[in-house]
Amino acid sequence: MLEIKNLHVTVDGKQILNGLDLTVNKGEVHAIMGPNGSGKSTLAYVMAGKAGYEATEGKILLDGENVLEMQPDERAAKGLFLAFQYPLEIPGVATMTFLRTALNAQRKKRGEAELSTPEFLKLVRDAAGKLEINMDMLRRGVNVGFSGGEKKRNEILQMALLQPRLCVLDETDSGLDIDALKVVSDGVNRLRGPDRAMVVITHYQRLLDHIVPDVVHVLSKGRIVKTGGKELAHELEASGYAQFQDNAA
Amino acid sequence: MKAELRTVKTDAELALAESYASAKPNLPGDGKVVALRDAAFKRFEAQGLPHRRIEQWKYTDLRALLRDAKPLAGPPDAAAKERAKSVGGLIGDMDARRLVFVDGAFVPELSDLAKLETGLEVRTLAQALAAGDPLVAAHLGKVVPADGESALALNAALMSDGAVIRVAAGATVERPIHLVFAATGDKPASIFTRSLVVIEKGARVMLVESHEGTAEHHINTALELIVGEKAHADHVKITGGTGGVVHVSSLMAAIGANARFNDFSYTTGGAVVRNQLFVRFDGEGTLANIRGATLLKGNQHADVTLVADHVAGGCQCREVFKAVLDDKSRSVFQGKIIVRQGSQKTDAKMMTNSLLLSDEAEANQKPELEIFADDVQCGHGATSGALDENLKFYLMARGIPEVEAETLLVRAFVGDAVEGIEHAGLRDALMEDVVSWLRARGN
Repeated sequence: MLEIKNLHVTVDGKQILNGLDLTVNKGEVHAIMGPNGSGKSTLAYVMAGKAGYEATEGKILLDGENVLEMQPDERAAKGLFLAFQYPLEIPGVATMTFLRTALNAQRKKRGEAELSTPEFLKLVRDAAGKLEINMDMLRRGVNVGFSGGEKKRNEILQMALLQPRLCVLDETDSGLDIDALKVVSDGVNRLRGPDRAMVVITHYQRLLDHIVPDVVHVLSKGRIVKTGGKELAHELEASGYAQFQDNAA
Repeated sequence: MKAELRTVKTDAELALAESYASAKPNLPGDGKVVALRDAAFKRFEAQGLPHRRIEQWKYTDLRALLRDAKPLAGPPDAAAKERAKSVGGLIGDMDARRLVFVDGAFVPELSDLAKLETGLEVRTLAQALAAGDPLVAAHLGKVVPADGESALALNAALMSDGAVIRVAAGATVERPIHLVFAATGDKPASIFTRSLVVIEKGARVMLVESHEGTAEHHINTALELIVGEKAHADHVKITGGTGGVVHVSSLMAAIGANARFNDFSYTTGGAVVRNQLFVRFDGEGTLANIRGATLLKGNQHADVTLVADHVAGGCQCREVFKAVLDDKSRSVFQGKIIVRQGSQKTDAKMMTNSLLLSDEAEANQKPELEIFADDVQCGHGATSGALDENLKFYLMARGIPEVEAETLLVRAFVGDAVEGIEHAGLRDALMEDVVSWLRARGN
């Protein structure tokens, strides 16, 4: 489903990713771990299409199509979803309006009919209930006045509504207490399925106790330096990242 | 004395002097009114058209902008009246009493004077001046800014018509009053309208002004608004239209004690627009919201100049002004809060934000505080910037196309001010207009 080939990315003229290769098949959950500054968030942003993240070489193929040639909204409509590390606050845009606009824009781009108000409300109510999100919160501006945990739950709510085929979760565990981590992880796990792939980016192993990956990659200095099974996360927790930083140098 | 010795007059000033001399015998009112006009014209002649060396006009140099003065508008013809029918449609399906002025003259057949509510009196300025109306005699020209505006003096000298409205003490006028000023004549003309609205103690009314022009008219309009003790006044001024209109508008409001006053200026039209708002708080305990939104494109220039004068203490005033600027447009916001000596417990906050959608647009913002009391809460803020690219990316990453993402963000930006309008129907209608303005961008 996802094939990243020889990806080189610069930000502000600085080389961050140096020939990254990654293949994720559908139904799989891959974890990307690595020290600070290894390029984890850059990978997430370049996949989603953030301005300023320039791919100088390589390809990101989603079902064979190079998403680097698409606008962020086109990538989303193709089924790519990035759960932000720091979800943004948008005062004056009610969350419900945001969700509905996003959902209908994607449906429209895929040639599907827009949802009616009752259909939409039912979808949101069901998804929000499972994530313990109060409907009143969704009438407020997007993420305005939300706690860190509420913002992350809101990201997962968007993911649940938009039903993407490829989910990229960027440090979804940061800023979460144990209870919130459980709610968010359960939300993510409910979305696991044979037709959906996930890339879970994290610094710590604790998230991977809840969202158990099929494959774990270590990212260092802009490339994957080691790949293994879920036990690799535990090894890293014990040994730290220092060995990979040295090896990659 | 800061009087300036002026010997050279501009073409526009000379033309205005000619217009005044020839029109004077036909302008409504005699005796005292003529004396008032003469005195006003003298003030205008002494100062001339306001120009950039006068601080309040620094960014809107009327002397430079008015290369000539258009001849005074004659009575509207049938075509102008026909076009006037569609003016003011922006208020949506709001049910309002429509009073229509075309090219500066009241047009009864387009207006609704039937079944006036108890306590509501409506007449035209032309009638009132001709009849020596006591309301006009008592109030007209009494709520003027202290330093004598020459643009306003010109309005007093040449005022032709307008609405004179009285809402009697305790009366609530349920149906908003919609003053429609249509400058729809074919030939560019100078149009001087002036209205007086007196809202007595405990009375309540909502007033909406729609100004729309075609052609290159020069419009100078003024409204004196007297809001009595415990009265509740809502005033919304919409300046739209498409032509190369130069529009100067002055609101002079005197607000009594324990009153409610909500003011909103919405500007999308005109080549050059100056909205001056002089609001004076004469009594304690009043709550006021003075807000506005300006959306400009092309080479449009719009200026909001606000003076909130707290003569009495204990009033709360919130001021929020938003400007959205595209292409090479230019906006000006000058806001001054004056707290007089002894006006303790004044709570006044002013915020102005500009959103620049183009690299060539320009926002000038000048908030000022003049505080002579020591127990007050006053503040001001000003921001200007482009659309937040990070927010745009967040929306687009959810599948929302760029244009729609921008629309959502600009709507939210403007909505922050528009939500101050109490009438839900009008609020929605203005937000719809904001969206159509955005959709029309670049087309």
